[in-house]
Amino acid sequence: MIKFEIEDRQGNIQEVEIPEDINLSLMEVLKASDYPVLATCGGMALCATCHIEVERGLEKLGEPSDTELDMLDTLPDASSASRLACQIRIGSHLNGMMFKLKGE
Amino acid sequence: MIHTDLCIIGAGPVGLFAVFEAGLLKMRCHLIDVLPQIGGQLSEIYPKKPIYDIPGFPEVLAQDLVDNLKKQIDPFKPTYTLGERVETLVKREDGTFEIKTSDESVITCKAVVIAGGLGCFEPRKPEIENLEKYEGKGVYYMVKDPERFRDKKIIIAGGGDSALDWTIFLSNVASEVTLVHRNESFRGAPDSAEKVFELAKAGKVKLLLNTHLKELKGDNILESATVIGKEKEVRELKTDYLIPLFGLSPKLGPIAEWKLNIDKNAIEVNTFDYSTNVPGVFAIGDINTYPGKLKLILCGFHEAALMAQSAFKYVYPDQKLSFKYTTVNGVNAF
Repeated sequence: MIKFEIEDRQGNIQEVEIPEDINLSLMEVLKASDYPVLATCGGMALCATCHIEVERGLEKLGEPSDTELDMLDTLPDASSASRLACQIRIGSHLNGMMFKLKGE
Repeated sequence: MIHTDLCIIGAGPVGLFAVFEAGLLKMRCHLIDVLPQIGGQLSEIYPKKPIYDIPGFPEVLAQDLVDNLKKQIDPFKPTYTLGERVETLVKREDGTFEIKTSDESVITCKAVVIAGGLGCFEPRKPEIENLEKYEGKGVYYMVKDPERFRDKKIIIAGGGDSALDWTIFLSNVASEVTLVHRNESFRGAPDSAEKVFELAKAGKVKLLLNTHLKELKGDNILESATVIGKEKEVRELKTDYLIPLFGLSPKLGPIAEWKLNIDKNAIEVNTFDYSTNVPGVFAIGDINTYPGKLKLILCGFHEAALMAQSAFKYVYPDQKLSFKYTTVNGVNAF
C-alpha cells in the first residue's frame, strides 16, 4: 500500500492509503476520495483546477512537463512547489509525501 | 426584448444539442452564454483536445464537435446572447420566465433549461490586498475597450499569452506599461516573449520579473500598487489601472441564488425528465446531479432528449406530442 497525506483548503490533514498497482493519477485519487477537485479538462493539464502544492517530498517527483509548466505559469498563486495533480501518476515513490490542495 | 419558447442558459455541447431536440418538437430556442463564443469549456479550455466517447466519432477534436453541433442546429434557427452572464431568473404571474443578463438584455420564455456545465467562467483573481475594492475603479480583468487605457499608466500582471499579447498591444496605447510576472522568464508564445523583452530593452515597457503584487492603494480609485521583488524589496508603483490576466476559472455564479435545490455546486433533478424543484426549469449536463450521475457529454445529450419531451408538454400543455424519428424524413420534416 502507498500512504501519503493531503491537506485540504481548510487546513485539515488526512492520510490516504491506496494499492500500489492502481493505474490512476493523483487527481483521480483525490476525486475518488471526495476532495473538491473539479478537474474540468479531465486530466489534460489544461484547466489547472487540480492545482496542488507539494509540502513534503517534492524531490521524489520528476520534472514537470512543458505543458504542466505552461499551465502553472498562468496561476496567480503558484509557487515553486506547485504541480498539477492530474500529471502525477500514482506509484510507490509517493509514499510519505504530503500534498496541499490549492485553487478554488 | 427577446421572446422564445425555451431559453437555454449555457451554449456548451449539451446546451447546443438541446436546441436540436427542442427543434424537433418545433420549439424555438434562445441560448445565453457568458463566454463570447459558443462551445463552453470545449472551445474555451481545450479546443484541440481529442474526444473519444462520442458515438459515431472514434476521435473528434473538441472544437470540431462544437462546429458540427452548430451545423446540426442551424436549421432550427436558434438565437444567441453571447458574452453576457445571466444574472436573474424570475417566474412571472402568468407562468412565463423573465431572464436578465449582466448587460441588461431581457429574455422572456416559457421554460428554462440550465445547461451551464461547471457554471460561468470567471477571471482567476490573484491574492492582492484590496483587489476587490478597486474592481471597476482601476482593476479590470479583461481588455474590452483598449481606448480606456489611452495615455494612462497601467500595470499588467501575469505570464501567459494574454499578459504578453496585451502588453505588446497596449505599449502603443498607454503612456506607461509595466508587466509584473512572478518568474524570471515567460512560458507564453516565444515570439511574444521575445517581443516583450525587445520592448523592455527599448524602454517602451517596464518589466518587473520575479515580482509579486502585494497591495493596492488609492483614495476611492486605484492610485498605486505595492510590489515585492525577489530579494523581498518593496516598491510602490503609481498607476491608473491594474489588469490581472491569469485565465478563467469555473464558478456556479448567480444560479446559486435561484432557489433551486443545490447539492455540492450541482442542481438536483428528477431523472424522469431532468426537471428541477422549480416547475418549468430544467437542468441538463454537468451542472445537474442525481444518483448515478456521470459527467459525460454523452449523458448530457441523453438528458437533453428527455428534457425536450417534458418541456414540450410544459410549454404546450394543450398540444399532442407526436414523437417522430429523424431517420424517416430528416430534420426538415419537423
